[in-house]
Amino acid sequence: MKQKHKHNLRKIALLSALLVASGWAISGDLVINTDASDPAPKAAFDALVKGFEKANPDVHVKVNTFDHEGYKTSIRNFLTAEAPDLANWYAGNRMAPFVNAGLFEDVSDVWAKEGLNESLKSAAASMTINGKKWGIPYTYYQWGVYYRKDIFAKLKIAEPKTWDDLIKACATLKANKVTPFAIGTKATWTTGGWFDYLDMRVNGYEFHMDLTSGKVPYTDARVQAVFDKWDQLTKPNYYLANHASYQWQEALPAFVKGDAAMYLMGNFAVAPMKEAGLKEDQLGFMQFPEITKGLPKAEDAPTDTLHIPAKAKNKVDAKRFLAYMAKPEVQTEMNGILGQLPVNKNATRPEDTYLKAGFNMLSNAYALGQFYDRDAPAEMAKAGMDGFQQYMLKPADRKAILERLEQVRQRVYK
Amino acid sequence: MFPTPLHQTRPATQWLFRIGLPLALLVWLLPIIAVLMTSVRGAADLSNGNYWGLPSDWRILENYTAVFRSTPLAGFILNSFLVTIPTVIGALALACMAGFALGVYRFRLNLLVFFLFVGGNFVPFQILMVPVRDLSLRLGLYDSIAGLALFHIAFQTGFCTFFMRNFIRELPRELIEAARVEGASEIQIFYKVVLPLVRPAVAALSVLVFTFIWNDYFWATVLIQGNHAMPVTGGLKSLNGMWVAQWHLVSAGSIVAALPPVAIFFLMQKHFIAGLTFGATKG
Amino acid sequence: MNRLESFADHAPTHPVPATTWWSRHQMRLVPWLFLSPALAMFLLYVIAPIFQSIAISFYDWDGLGAAKYIGLDNYRELLHDPDFFTALKNNVIWFFGFLLALPLGLGLALALNQQMFGIRLAKSLFFFPFVISQVVIGLVFSWFYDPSNGLLLHVLGWLGMDPVAVLSDENLVTYGIVVAGLYPQTAYCMILYLTGLNNLRPDLIEAARLEGAKGWTMLYHIVLPQLRPATFIAVVVTIIGSLRSFDMISIMTQGGPYGQSRVLAYYMYEQALSEYGYRMGYGTAIATVLFLLMLVYIVYVLFRVYQQEKESD
Repeated sequence: MKQKHKHNLRKIALLSALLVASGWAISGDLVINTDASDPAPKAAFDALVKGFEKANPDVHVKVNTFDHEGYKTSIRNFLTAEAPDLANWYAGNRMAPFVNAGLFEDVSDVWAKEGLNESLKSAAASMTINGKKWGIPYTYYQWGVYYRKDIFAKLKIAEPKTWDDLIKACATLKANKVTPFAIGTKATWTTGGWFDYLDMRVNGYEFHMDLTSGKVPYTDARVQAVFDKWDQLTKPNYYLANHASYQWQEALPAFVKGDAAMYLMGNFAVAPMKEAGLKEDQLGFMQFPEITKGLPKAEDAPTDTLHIPAKAKNKVDAKRFLAYMAKPEVQTEMNGILGQLPVNKNATRPEDTYLKAGFNMLSNAYALGQFYDRDAPAEMAKAGMDGFQQYMLKPADRKAILERLEQVRQRVYK
Repeated sequence: MFPTPLHQTRPATQWLFRIGLPLALLVWLLPIIAVLMTSVRGAADLSNGNYWGLPSDWRILENYTAVFRSTPLAGFILNSFLVTIPTVIGALALACMAGFALGVYRFRLNLLVFFLFVGGNFVPFQILMVPVRDLSLRLGLYDSIAGLALFHIAFQTGFCTFFMRNFIRELPRELIEAARVEGASEIQIFYKVVLPLVRPAVAALSVLVFTFIWNDYFWATVLIQGNHAMPVTGGLKSLNGMWVAQWHLVSAGSIVAALPPVAIFFLMQKHFIAGLTFGATKG
Repeated sequence: MNRLESFADHAPTHPVPATTWWSRHQMRLVPWLFLSPALAMFLLYVIAPIFQSIAISFYDWDGLGAAKYIGLDNYRELLHDPDFFTALKNNVIWFFGFLLALPLGLGLALALNQQMFGIRLAKSLFFFPFVISQVVIGLVFSWFYDPSNGLLLHVLGWLGMDPVAVLSDENLVTYGIVVAGLYPQTAYCMILYLTGLNNLRPDLIEAARLEGAKGWTMLYHIVLPQLRPATFIAVVVTIIGSLRSFDMISIMTQGGPYGQSRVLAYYMYEQALSEYGYRMGYGTAIATVLFLLMLVYIVYVLFRVYQQEKESD
């Protein structure tokens, strides 16, 4: 009798060992790869995971944290070999290489089941490729013009609402030895923000999306119109001198010291500005002014997302995780820690002055761009932003730059 | 000796030299002093553009503890050790054997294999980048310390074999012949005769290889992605925040990260220099 | 008659072999035995990848999906790529600029070749930059060049000159990075020359002094010829280093402004493995060009080594 018992035990042990060895999850095991390496994102993710495990005690979550920059290269490897069950990435065209290579899982069913097409409406378009949904957005942040309220007050400049107001304000600032716009273009993505806003304000959201998806040549007259407007800022030197030597935060000292009065940036800039000593009554936030009269205003709101790799092992629990993450109260909590905005429109509005302004602006926005380097495919984005930087340093090179960008477009969007 | 020994020059020249040298040293070491200064600043200084003045806020203890407490630096340094030390041991072991084979024996392909090691050592890393990454992926060694160490062992074998082979060739042949006459097998000759004699070369090489591997940046970023395996060179950049650079932390981290090779350099200077300058004095 | 006697009476007609198969063949096998681990690793990780990279350069591959064979198309595209020629131009600047490390290093070595209290410490401290990671050095030089807060600005101000934004000026940026690279490289050449100077033959120096030689004549005719081995190593390492330079450019400018400081080594990385680069085939084509350029020099070095080998045999 005892012999048989031992024999059975051994059989069970062997079977379990085989199952474990073959990679089958016996209990609900979820592996998440994330690039939330900074303190705030990391804390937000920890809270998210803890909350999920409490609501779903049968699932155990393991989080692998990668360095934020290194992640952008690692993801290409782990999506093909050793795929986790969930992975961070970005919305818009940035998803396209992975979607087209069949490396992301279609999650339209989760969107349908949880009614996310309504609650996540503002980001729905940027999560869609070929009519299907490929991930869940959980946070975004606003872009806009931060400006020195105190300098404006001293020089009696009102908050510019139109392009002409803006140009007049720049002239006044320059006449008083204040550089109108701070910017650091050493990492060229900051130029993408400028091009996005100028294009969306001159030609509108639909045109901008057509351009970034390769349907419009860069030598088109409407693109030239954008640069005509940009000339009004670059030719009179309204940008910070030598901006190509600075990372965006190395341009902060000029803004903080009052040598520059405006900064087109994302909301993450507020914390270092405050740390350097700027007070809230000195720091104002305004929407980028209107250029073409009557054109509805779209905004850039880069969105962070979570996806299921096509090679994931535990897709069932992964979908439960996505559904959990889309809930309004979960997004409120995460974004409270992140200091950013929840995508779910039923989430609680943030208290912070600048976030509140951003929330209002984005909830009323006509549409949301994902930022040039996420809306345009990677190679086009790099050539584009390099070109914009060259233009900002040498506006006279415009014709050659646009022709080269057009060459790149024809090759990239085959 | 050349130039004229100092005590044979005019007193004025001597004084000029004695004063000029420390000054020159100060200018020469300015970049390193700059890193030290930045490592004791607060973040506010950097947002305000105060890079070169005295820190408005001395934060020596805060920065150096913060860099261990709130960044993965300690793990990065451990990873660097875990990659560097096996590489030194592995590369030297392989190189001693290969150097023995190439230095003691005459056979037809001897010179060709030797040239393979020498030439291969000089190839640009970029020609290896994509295939080595793919090889590591296929072996399941991508993003692992073992994968990075294996590559380094293989690559360093080129230079180390060249070094050991030249050194072994200079050894007195009589010792080897005498051992043969006494009936020692070739393997015994390796262990009992050659290895003890190449100790100075091994010391020089290990110091050099340690420094090269510890300071390697390119392969650390190509073959390693996750923080669990990232050595300190690739990890330093990640000490910068996602949006905001934290140069004071990066500087503190750089100082800490530079300590092991610096310590080795000062303790084993003679070996270090011998390794670098080997062959520089052959006529 | 006992057995032993009969054995003793019969001397063998030929010697019975007292050796094993192994001991007979060990002279031929042992070298390969000792060589194989190192050779295997080297072939696997260094030699094979060279051929694999060249093979990949004939494909269009994004590293994720399937690879498509396109023959020489990548190379044809390179010929029309302005960025490729910018990178090539910068490599030439690196090649010649980096060689400045030799005279600079020699100068330092000559200055430090004295017996004086503390000179050993001074020598170690001058050598220091070589021991520190290039990442740190690149970082510091970026701050140095900062046009509104950098030390260069202050220095130019003292000299009464206008500020220059080195790293954002397309004409100056590569020179600026080369200067940063020269920092550790000069330290290395200095050590090479110091060692060489230590081994000068005092009798030659004395003889020349007696004939009244000093200063430049002494340097040129007596000292430099004796330093030839050191110079050879310095030249080889410096040239290889100049063509390989990647770390500095990656840290200081990431190839900018708008790609004007790119070198082939960095351009390749950008195209194949960076955040915006998914073109493995194109990247390996660039790497192949770089490899072929360096191969010319590698063959030359091997040839010189071969000559040395033949002489010493």
